Amino acid sequence: MNVTATLFGQLIVFTVLIWFIKQYLWEPVITALEDRKTRVAEGLAAAEEGHKFEEQAQKQVEEELGAAKNQSAELIAQAQKRASEIVEKAKADATEEANRIKSAGEAELTMERSRATEELRSQVATLAISGAEKILGKEIDSNVHAKALAELAAKI
Amino acid sequence: MSESNAPAISNPVEYIQHHLQNLSIGGQPEALVDFSVFFVDIFLVTVALAGVFAFVAYKVGQSLDPDKPTGMQNILEMIVEFVNQQVKDIFPSADQWVGPLAITIFVMVILMNAMDIIPVDLLPSLIAGIASIFGADPHHVYFKVVPTTNLDTTFALALMVFLLIMYYNIKSKGFAGYLMVFLTHPFAAETPWVKVILAPANIMMTIIEELAKPISMGLRLFGNMFAGELLFLLIALLGVGWAMPGQIVLGSVWAIFHIMVVLLQAYIFMLLTIIFLGIASQSSEDH
Repeated sequence: MNVTATLFGQLIVFTVLIWFIKQYLWEPVITALEDRKTRVAEGLAAAEEGHKFEEQAQKQVEEELGAAKNQSAELIAQAQKRASEIVEKAKADATEEANRIKSAGEAELTMERSRATEELRSQVATLAISGAEKILGKEIDSNVHAKALAELAAKI
Repeated sequence: MSESNAPAISNPVEYIQHHLQNLSIGGQPEALVDFSVFFVDIFLVTVALAGVFAFVAYKVGQSLDPDKPTGMQNILEMIVEFVNQQVKDIFPSADQWVGPLAITIFVMVILMNAMDIIPVDLLPSLIAGIASIFGADPHHVYFKVVPTTNLDTTFALALMVFLLIMYYNIKSKGFAGYLMVFLTHPFAAETPWVKVILAPANIMMTIIEELAKPISMGLRLFGNMFAGELLFLLIALLGVGWAMPGQIVLGSVWAIFHIMVVLLQAYIFMLLTIIFLGIASQSSEDH
């Protein structure tokens, strides 16, 4: 329990040890720890960035997928519209054609009928004249009786 | 062990006194402060422990693996990080020397204190045995194992801190600023004549305060370790006879408790070092 010259010995030992520890343990370890800290932080930042990038890519993919879907739906709708249009047009054309054919037929029929009527009329007139000639025994001047004949033919 | 113990146990006072004697050059100290004496035992133990610490630190420091720290590197990294955190928390403006100082104090005090855990008779008996081979009388070979049970060691550490406190004070405040602390602290005044009246009291108080720092640090560590060592010696007095189970049980319990004292005292010493240096580094306006 005394203070002796050992004090100075101990002081020297501790002083040298502090220098040694600073040189060979403290500074390398602190550097390594700082280094590790930076690298961990960098790694985390990179991971975060990657995560963000992935998220962005995902978003983009979704966006593009949505756009493609929209586009395809539009295309399909257009195609359907076009198809129905074509069908409608074909239908209308067919109807028109049918009507045209029908009306043409009808007109022809009417014409044919009127022609037949006319023919019939003239024949009737001729027949009537010849009949009347035979009955009367004399020629009927068609020019004289034209009026009566025409009236007759109209009546038929 | 029993052979060398047997006569000592029969005389407890002599046994304990034998254990409290240092292996020394220049005889035993006459006065409280006697610089003609040099204690070889504690110096050698300190050098050996410092060598072990330096060697391990060097080995680890040379082969630092930044990615996969293993074994000793983990332990030292943990200690460095722990000490560094303390320094950062308490003394943020610390220069590059405070960390190494703190870790050296921390580890060395732990190592020196831990010598207390070694059975009290083991190393002294070993040394006495070796000395007797060379013809020395084993009963007059003294060997004190625990450096921190000696005032020289604890005051060497405290003196180092004391000198650094003065250095940091002068560095941060300038020499005149440091002297002004003695004149104006702890009793501050506004008017000049009150300042003059308070100055003598301030000088006394600050001198006591400054001296109390290293002395309390040195004595605290010494007292704790010396008391622990003494208790180990008292437990060892139970000897190897019928009381041996008691010695084993008590010794184990005290050793386990002492682990805490070992670590706690080292931590306190380190912490106080950082705190005192931190206070010393405050510029005079902060006071």
